Amino acid sequence: MNKKTRSLIQRMTLTPYSIWAALFIVVPLIFVAYYAFTDNSFRFTFGNITRFFTATSQIDDGESVREVRTYLVIFMRSLKLAVISTFICLLMGYPLAYIMARAKARTQSILLTLIMIPMWMNFLIRTYAWMTILQDTGILNSFLSALHLGRIHIIGTESAVVIGMVYDYFPYMVLPIYSVMAKLDVRLLEAASDLGCPAVSVLRRVIWPLSLPGVLSGVTMVLIPSISTFYISQKLGNGKFFLIGDAIEGQYVANNLHFAAAIAFILMVILLACMALVQKLANRKIIVA
Amino acid sequence: MKRASKIYTALIMIFLFAPIAILLVFSFNRAKSLSVFSGFSLYWYRELFRDSETLKAVRNTLILAVSASLISTVMGTAAAVGINKLRNKFLRTALDSVTNIPMINPDIITGISLMLMFVFVGRLFGAATSLSFWTMLIAHITFCLPYVILQVLPKLQQMDKALPEAAMDLGCTPLRAFFKAELPEIMPGVVTGLIMAFTLSLDDFVISYFTAGNGFQTLPIRIYNMTKKTVTPKMYALATIIFFVILTLLLISNLSDDESVRKRREARANKKAAKEAVK
Repeated sequence: MNKKTRSLIQRMTLTPYSIWAALFIVVPLIFVAYYAFTDNSFRFTFGNITRFFTATSQIDDGESVREVRTYLVIFMRSLKLAVISTFICLLMGYPLAYIMARAKARTQSILLTLIMIPMWMNFLIRTYAWMTILQDTGILNSFLSALHLGRIHIIGTESAVVIGMVYDYFPYMVLPIYSVMAKLDVRLLEAASDLGCPAVSVLRRVIWPLSLPGVLSGVTMVLIPSISTFYISQKLGNGKFFLIGDAIEGQYVANNLHFAAAIAFILMVILLACMALVQKLANRKIIVA
Repeated sequence: MKRASKIYTALIMIFLFAPIAILLVFSFNRAKSLSVFSGFSLYWYRELFRDSETLKAVRNTLILAVSASLISTVMGTAAAVGINKLRNKFLRTALDSVTNIPMINPDIITGISLMLMFVFVGRLFGAATSLSFWTMLIAHITFCLPYVILQVLPKLQQMDKALPEAAMDLGCTPLRAFFKAELPEIMPGVVTGLIMAFTLSLDDFVISYFTAGNGFQTLPIRIYNMTKKTVTPKMYALATIIFFVILTLLLISNLSDDESVRKRREARANKKAAKEAVK
């Protein structure tokens, strides 16, 4: 191919996408920063950012009234619930991915389809189903009382939100780990045990390090949506406690676009920093291993 | 599989499917209760089909998903071809990172960022509300594009580079060479990209929520509005229908996969037999 046609093709194929990506991926992010650092009449201000870090509200925990930093508390709560959910997903999903990868080809494809079916249901519906299960008058409680086990109050607690997050994002953890494990060279495992490595050590020293890329992408794929969700906390938390996603959505509904942008901006910066850090650690680990 | 593995897998499957099973059962409940089953009835299905807003939302969702997935597949495939030919390292890295942004950013940030821009530009032109079907379409195309590119690019890299060049040496114009030689090679990636874009668009709630105008409601937004107020088993009837549509589609695609594998195997066997015969 001569140079002229090559550059012509390149221009024809790349230009529409480049323009699109610039207009609708890059420019909108600039708008987030622009709104975050301006007030309602678009004058420059740090006000929105400082408001995130300094705004206070009072919490009445029955005994005393405490003054807390509203948005920092919300952020830490989001982080806590997201980390717990991610960890539970990993704990539940890792063995499953391993079992799947070792199963017969036919079983593998059936299990894969089964895991993906709930993913195809809209997450609103899935969350809603859990709401009706966990309600005080819901299935879980009628089941428990039929067994004379008493009733539990779970809707509106942090546990309910964690259950919702785990259920909604569980497939995102299993699928990447599975796809790495399915490609794993079985001979490596055989070699390790042939050389006298006990099963637990094979898991710890061979399988785990090799599956790390899958684990990392699984963790990011669960952590990011669960840290920024707002529907799950509204439905399963009964709107009693806010997550960072609720804060953004609340400001959007109240038409405080500048403050909504500021929260989104801070969330984005924190997530990007975390991801860069994880990537760096992962690279080093993989090289060492 | 060992016994313990079987039990473990079964437990996870119960966890995954119990909520869906409950939805299915209670969609046929005669009463409004969501914990006591008082008899079989199709009442909620009739209610659902009388709900013109929901039916309209289904239509809107399909229109949006079809247009967004088609446009993003065409633009994304072209972009993948261009990116694959790109020799400038700096440009390549820049494009790759920009393409990654919608995939790693939380949906809520993608949604908010597009909304802010639409509102700002709308205000610039003096429009009271700038959010409409078109802003939603732009948003959907934007978040579908990276997934299409990600599906097509590996197929291009696996393809024999000499293929389009050979076609052009034999007198094809570059465009014709693309359609005759390149496109059939990368078609599996293009189709997967199209399907992914379609399902992503169909399923999206968060980004749609921020970029939707008042006049245009998609199904996820309709579900959101329905679940905001009262609890109604009408939702369950809707979920049940969606579930069976998905199940049928998955079964069909699995069966056709098996079929194509079988055919390929047969073809290979035939070829072998032919070779033997020549010998």
